[in-house]
Amino acid sequence: MKIAAEDITPVAFTVALFVLWEAACLLFRIDSFILPAPSQIFAAMVQYWGPLLRNSFVTLWTTAAGFLLAVAFGIGLGVVVGWSRAIYRGLYPVMIGFNSIPKVAVVPILIMWFGIGEIPAILTAFLISFFPIVVNVATGLATTEPELEDVLRALGASKLDIMRKVGIPRTGPYLFGALKVAITLAFVGAVVSETIGANAGLGHLMVQAGSNFQMPLVFAGLMALAIEGILMYAVFAVMEKRMVSWAFRSSMSAAG
Amino acid sequence: MIRLHDVTLSYRGRAGEVTALAHTSLAVGKGEFAAVVGPSGCGKSTLMKLVTGLIRPTKGKVEVDGAEVTGPVKIAGMAFQAANLLPWRSVLDNVMLPLEIVAPHRGRLGRERDAYRTRALDLLGVVGLRDFADRYPWEMSGGMQQRASLCRSLIHEPELLMLDEPFAALDAFTREELWVVLRDLWQRLGFTVVLVTHDLREAGFLADTIHVMSARPGQIVETRRVAFPRPRPLDVLYDPAFTDLVHSLRNKIAEVRQA
Ligand SMILES: Nc1ncnc2c1ncn2[C@@H]1O[C@H](COP(=O)(O)OP(=O)(O)O)[C@@H](O)[C@H]1O
Ligand SMILES: [Mg+2]
Repeated sequence: MKIAAEDITPVAFTVALFVLWEAACLLFRIDSFILPAPSQIFAAMVQYWGPLLRNSFVTLWTTAAGFLLAVAFGIGLGVVVGWSRAIYRGLYPVMIGFNSIPKVAVVPILIMWFGIGEIPAILTAFLISFFPIVVNVATGLATTEPELEDVLRALGASKLDIMRKVGIPRTGPYLFGALKVAITLAFVGAVVSETIGANAGLGHLMVQAGSNFQMPLVFAGLMALAIEGILMYAVFAVMEKRMVSWAFRSSMSAAG
Repeated sequence: MIRLHDVTLSYRGRAGEVTALAHTSLAVGKGEFAAVVGPSGCGKSTLMKLVTGLIRPTKGKVEVDGAEVTGPVKIAGMAFQAANLLPWRSVLDNVMLPLEIVAPHRGRLGRERDAYRTRALDLLGVVGLRDFADRYPWEMSGGMQQRASLCRSLIHEPELLMLDEPFAALDAFTREELWVVLRDLWQRLGFTVVLVTHDLREAGFLADTIHVMSARPGQIVETRRVAFPRPRPLDVLYDPAFTDLVHSLRNKIAEVRQA
């Protein structure tokens, strides 16, 4: 396997960043309570790998659960909204309005309703991530070329035929674009909810470590979040490339 | 094959009612190649939608094949200026799309896939795309995509082919090539054609009759028979009589645009 320069640069940049960080901490004698050096962070990661791993799994599962709910709901509602251009035009502004409510503000309400635990985290992940899916699926369906629809209708195609043969396949790039965004948002939602009120998860771990003045552990939690987030995004980016490769090559690169 | 009796069509848009067609009458015989020309916005696309049953007339009556049109006619193939091929399907699968929808074929397609495949490949052969069957639309030029689009509109052997400015986006050479392709397809398969165009040479070269429409609200203001014998070679385009025909059509259009 040949490794191109492009593949190495992100790694090189990351390593360089850590080296700079480490050097700055040494040079300016930054208190590890303010900003721990990478070496201290990695040490904390090794020392606390057990709790880090356990809480990472909790965050992963609440994120995944919220995200899956969002996918199921989002696709369903997206198909309803995108079914006809009239519904789409009527509902689109309403959805955008709803989406502009900061979901974080809902977390305390969810905690009051469902108590401290995993359910508020799952619901926050769901709430925050399902709009982009609805909007993108609906847009993919509602923007089917009217002339293509005419061609098929003149052949006697039903609305369902048109959805099956054209609407749903052409939604692919929109959907995968939305999934990449949604998984990241679900993750944010889950972690925010965990920092506000939970008894497990990376967000919870970081808050606890912070109140015990264990700064290196807080940063170790942050590092675990970064790794988890990048991995989840990467999974969807690869899936997208595999499943809708035509959209990358044709002029109809629609996802956004 | 097609009859419009005193058809009026109004759209209810945001800016009130727009009358696209007013008291239009038209007759196209079985197997005839009819062309419709007229200034832009005069209701040509509306006429196509009426004939295929995609919209219903506000007043008057549309008949296709002896029966009044009350819904999509199902015996028509259509092609537009944009080829509109599906980018996730190969050319062959794009051409076979109507077979997955039209009534007798959709049930048989599963069992007789190979026979239908052969039929699609033969049709692609007629337009010179046999070797491109497994390519994807985005790998092909605009002219090739339009050839594939023509095949898609003909694969279910429709009795009626409706073409709405199908060659308008192509360069002059490619356009002439496709005129020949369409001429040969029509002579071979004998379907009825309505071709909307604003290229008067295109109408003159291909059609048996040319219907000239007035500015909106559209109406057929003149119908010309084109007498050049068949099969017509491309050389007919340089015949003085052909130039005269195009010239007088040109004047007629200029006249109705003034009015
Ligand atoms: N769906 C529609 N709603 C309202 N007005 C329309 C609609 N479709 C076409 N029109 C109007 O009807 C007129 C004729 O349109 P069309 O048949 O597309 O013309 P052409 O194809 O000859 O350019 C135009 O003025 C156009 O603006
Ligand atoms: Mg038009």
